Amino acid sequence: MNRPATTTGMRDIDIARTKLTGALAETWTTPSGFWGALATVDHKIIGRRYIFTAFVFLALGGVLAALMRIQLAQPEARLLGPDRYNQIFTMHGANMMFLFAVPVMEAVAVYLVPLMVGTRNIAFPRLNAFSYWIYLAGGMLLWTAFALDMGPDVGWFAYVPLSGPQYGAGKRADIWAQMITFTELSALAVAVELVVTIFKQRAPGMTLDRIPVFVWAMLVTSFLVIMAMPAIMIASTSLILDRLVGTHFYNPAEGGDVLLWQHLFWFFGHPEVYIIFLPAAGMVSTMIEPFARRPAFGYLGLVMALIATGILSFGLWVHHMFVAGLPRLGDSFFTASSMAIAIPAGIQIFCWIATLWDGRPVFKTPLLFIIGFIVTFVIGGLTGVMVASVPFDTQVHDTYFVVAHFHYVLIGGAVFPLLGTIHYWFPKLTGRMMSETLGRWSFWLIFIGFNATFFPMHILGLEGMPRRIYTYQPDLPWHGLNLFISLSAVILIAGFLLFFVNVIRSARSGEVAPDNPWDAPTLEWATTSPPPSYNFAMIPVVGSLHPLWSERDTLPVADGLRTDRRELIVTTLATAEPQARDASPQNSIWPLWAAIATTIMLIWSIFSPWAVVWGSIPVAVALIGWFWPKGTPEDES
Amino acid sequence: MAGVLLALATALAGCQREERQLRLDPPIADALDKIALMPNRISGAPPDVYFVLGKPYEVNAYNLSQGKRLYAWFGCKSCHGDGQGGSGPGFLDGWWYYGPEMVSIFASIRDGRPHGMPAFGDRMTTDQIWQLAGYVQTIGSYEGKTAAPSRNDEKQTRPAENRAPAKLLFDEGPSPVHPDQGPTP
Amino acid sequence: MLATPLAGCGGNWQSALDVYGTSAISLKHLIILIVAVCSAVWMLVMAALIAALWRGRDARPAPAEPGRERRLTIAVIGAVVATVLIISTFTIMSFIATRALTVAGQDDLTIRVRGLQWWWGLEYVGPDPSSRFETANEIHIPVGRNVRLKLEGVDVIHSVWVPSLAGKQDLVPGRPNELTIRAEHAGVYRGQCAEFCGMQHAHMALLVIAETQDDFDQWAAAQRQAAARPPDEETAAGLQTFLAKPCAACHTIRGTAAAGTSGPDLTHVGSRRTIAAGLFETTRGSLAAWIADPQTIKPGNNMPMVPLTPDELRAVSAYLASLK
Repeated sequence: MNRPATTTGMRDIDIARTKLTGALAETWTTPSGFWGALATVDHKIIGRRYIFTAFVFLALGGVLAALMRIQLAQPEARLLGPDRYNQIFTMHGANMMFLFAVPVMEAVAVYLVPLMVGTRNIAFPRLNAFSYWIYLAGGMLLWTAFALDMGPDVGWFAYVPLSGPQYGAGKRADIWAQMITFTELSALAVAVELVVTIFKQRAPGMTLDRIPVFVWAMLVTSFLVIMAMPAIMIASTSLILDRLVGTHFYNPAEGGDVLLWQHLFWFFGHPEVYIIFLPAAGMVSTMIEPFARRPAFGYLGLVMALIATGILSFGLWVHHMFVAGLPRLGDSFFTASSMAIAIPAGIQIFCWIATLWDGRPVFKTPLLFIIGFIVTFVIGGLTGVMVASVPFDTQVHDTYFVVAHFHYVLIGGAVFPLLGTIHYWFPKLTGRMMSETLGRWSFWLIFIGFNATFFPMHILGLEGMPRRIYTYQPDLPWHGLNLFISLSAVILIAGFLLFFVNVIRSARSGEVAPDNPWDAPTLEWATTSPPPSYNFAMIPVVGSLHPLWSERDTLPVADGLRTDRRELIVTTLATAEPQARDASPQNSIWPLWAAIATTIMLIWSIFSPWAVVWGSIPVAVALIGWFWPKGTPEDES
Repeated sequence: MAGVLLALATALAGCQREERQLRLDPPIADALDKIALMPNRISGAPPDVYFVLGKPYEVNAYNLSQGKRLYAWFGCKSCHGDGQGGSGPGFLDGWWYYGPEMVSIFASIRDGRPHGMPAFGDRMTTDQIWQLAGYVQTIGSYEGKTAAPSRNDEKQTRPAENRAPAKLLFDEGPSPVHPDQGPTP
Repeated sequence: MLATPLAGCGGNWQSALDVYGTSAISLKHLIILIVAVCSAVWMLVMAALIAALWRGRDARPAPAEPGRERRLTIAVIGAVVATVLIISTFTIMSFIATRALTVAGQDDLTIRVRGLQWWWGLEYVGPDPSSRFETANEIHIPVGRNVRLKLEGVDVIHSVWVPSLAGKQDLVPGRPNELTIRAEHAGVYRGQCAEFCGMQHAHMALLVIAETQDDFDQWAAAQRQAAARPPDEETAAGLQTFLAKPCAACHTIRGTAAAGTSGPDLTHVGSRRTIAAGLFETTRGSLAAWIADPQTIKPGNNMPMVPLTPDELRAVSAYLASLK
């Protein structure tokens, strides 16, 4: 790199290689202890926390699912009353979408993207810390409310007027709406960080066509987040305004519109599905390479499919409203656009199959999950094509057919790849391998249990069973299948339990992992397992899409970064040519204070509009503290 | 963190406020009917069970919102309007003939009052009368009550119950609610 | 636990696959066609996947042959083109299927359907005001005729769905919708609210009874009548209780002083097959059970538990059961 004459400070080329890692560790490592943990801005620590928290929410959501299945196993069961059941299914949906699926994908990206693009920390690391605390607070708000019998009971979609001021008694719907604000805030923060990291912090030489597909997927996802989340934040904020101060956004008598809510919600809600699915597709494209032992077929096609899906996802929200009474011609347009999304999905499926076709598959657990993903996701995609058809949808909308469809898409399409991802990147996260035997067992249990649980729901839906019912009468012919589903869910739960056991056991006593156990081609495997706090002693220079395959032992590196302060390389957007050395902020406790202040303001604002006025003062104080120059070397321009 | 603390703080009230008691055991309903009134039938004491239950009809959001439905269903609007009054007295002016106590409101609904207020004791159950009484009390409230219901999905004529509708009277608006009411207390 | 099986029309009586209505029949054809094509597609994809995995089992490094990448590209493009063709066909098919659904005109029998928490209010709208009448939770229609349902959401959004007759349509407050149903065969078809509407969304059923024109006319004529006088002493006492107790404040029985409107019209409740929005078959016993403790049977619904003595309960249930 060019070395400007005026710079000062200790550079990595000035010290011996052996001393380099020590110096970097001193600069980058998070101090141990309680305050160190609270103040850390290390993307790996935050990413691990994020992933862990998201899986805790997955387990909690699973408990809710189990309760629902016990309730529905027999007709007119009295285990749960309608009030609790409505809270439970709402919590299950809201929890799984807002506290598990979206955050876990972003969490994996927070951990992996900086490693995969070869940089030392994510962009805006303090914002990253803030985002985690806000996410945690939102999750705790929701679950605390549920524990106190004031959990939302209006569905994860919270349609007005049921969730509105007149019919949603108490603060239940407000808690749902404010939980949205928390999770969207954290998601938006991560999205901004990821976009900047991917655009400006890629290792020198990582041109646009050398970016790993997972990173591309996260880039597209981040843009989806940035464009979709404002719609739901507007929607949920105006819902709270309607409920708290009596505005009339959704009141037809005063010129509001009930369907406005549905438009706003689904304008966010449909891209939401792709916010969950695209990272998963990216994971598959990336993981398939070491297990097919060849580059993913059709890199350009895969990336273009991701982008096309992202764009199309904004044009099909109305298919959630096919029976709301919108004009038929408009509906047909949305049929066409909903069907069209099958094309990019198809391109990806065919590319993956072509990759396996031409490769020499290694049947390890991650590949099993990829295969399970393809098998189930194709079903979910095809049922998606079915419900995209207006006349078809009038019979299956709001029935268990749709429940089956979106579980196939979300579990088949996102959780399977995610579980594969955990198995695949576990050695990088922890330095230990996961047990292959337990992994296989959990895969087969989950795969069989999942299909046995959710496939019959298609039939139940066609047989007329609506969604969101807390029970059904014995004279309806649904109890046999419902009992079967509930029993199958036991297998599915066993599979997940085994997965958790595997994770815990392997984290403690798994086989120690080498740096690159899978012989994978991407940059995160170029560093140790787990990576040091500074990620890479020297920033790698990338010459191809698969740097670790093409330059296995001789990965070139860039030098010239300072070691006595946190520095990373900023590169150009398209060609990733080094542009500047930039400081990466020190640890700070202020993001936590800012998150606490924001939490107080947001929760208080459920109860009084004045919270926005008075509550913003501590937020402002926290932000001033956050940005106040602290005199660290990183503050030098 | 702070979320938990704050949530816990509101929780203590919240627990009580959000629980939905859908079925009132008949003995409790009977007991709730036995209010003690002063001889002039104004003011008095609710039965002990009312306090044992934690004043559910004043603090519980579900009961208050059910009360709002009953207000519409039992035709209260035809005389009292949305609280502004009509052929019957309004509730927004803070000048209530029989005072703002729950027992007085309960007695007014159950037994009726002179000059046109019919008795609803044979048209509503005890539970319903209490729910309605709790709701009526919030209409005349000068202070917003968080548990109170919010606006209706209809034309707005006054601030919603959780926005202290009775305060309207003391704000200088284009036309006072009760022009003949005299100086504000 | 509480409901006794109702005598349905044999087989499944709330199913999109067991169809007796004109539009449900054509929807079923579409459903079967699309499902069949999709199943075939899934099997092809699975065959390709299995072949791909099978091929690479042997760990020999594949010889680098020229043109392999190109052949793969052609295969993938071919598959994508097939996808495009299939979904285009589906789009056109569903457009045509939507247009082909019959739509009732102004002159057809019109029923105003109001969705309420958690029951269905029905009003038969005739050409002149005298032919109007109200009922609840049970729609009678003549076989082979288009019937227009005018859908009004009163409180929250509901969705009317009788899968054996037609697809569903939402009842949205502030936004009237319409749905046309037409039964090809006489029978009893069950429907249920399909849009989550709160506490008792699960128990918000309605029956559609398709019968011959004569039977329908006879039924409609009977429904237009006011309630019959109580035939005996017990039912007379029942009427007295009904009027003296809170019952009459919410329910209407035409021909008596009971004129409440916040609950279902009970003028001919004894003639309806079910009570409590499809929860039980109408019998004296089920009526008594329902009145005695509605909040245990259907928790959260808007009917309060009215304290009645055993004699009063017996009398009221006898009276209501007599309202044929």
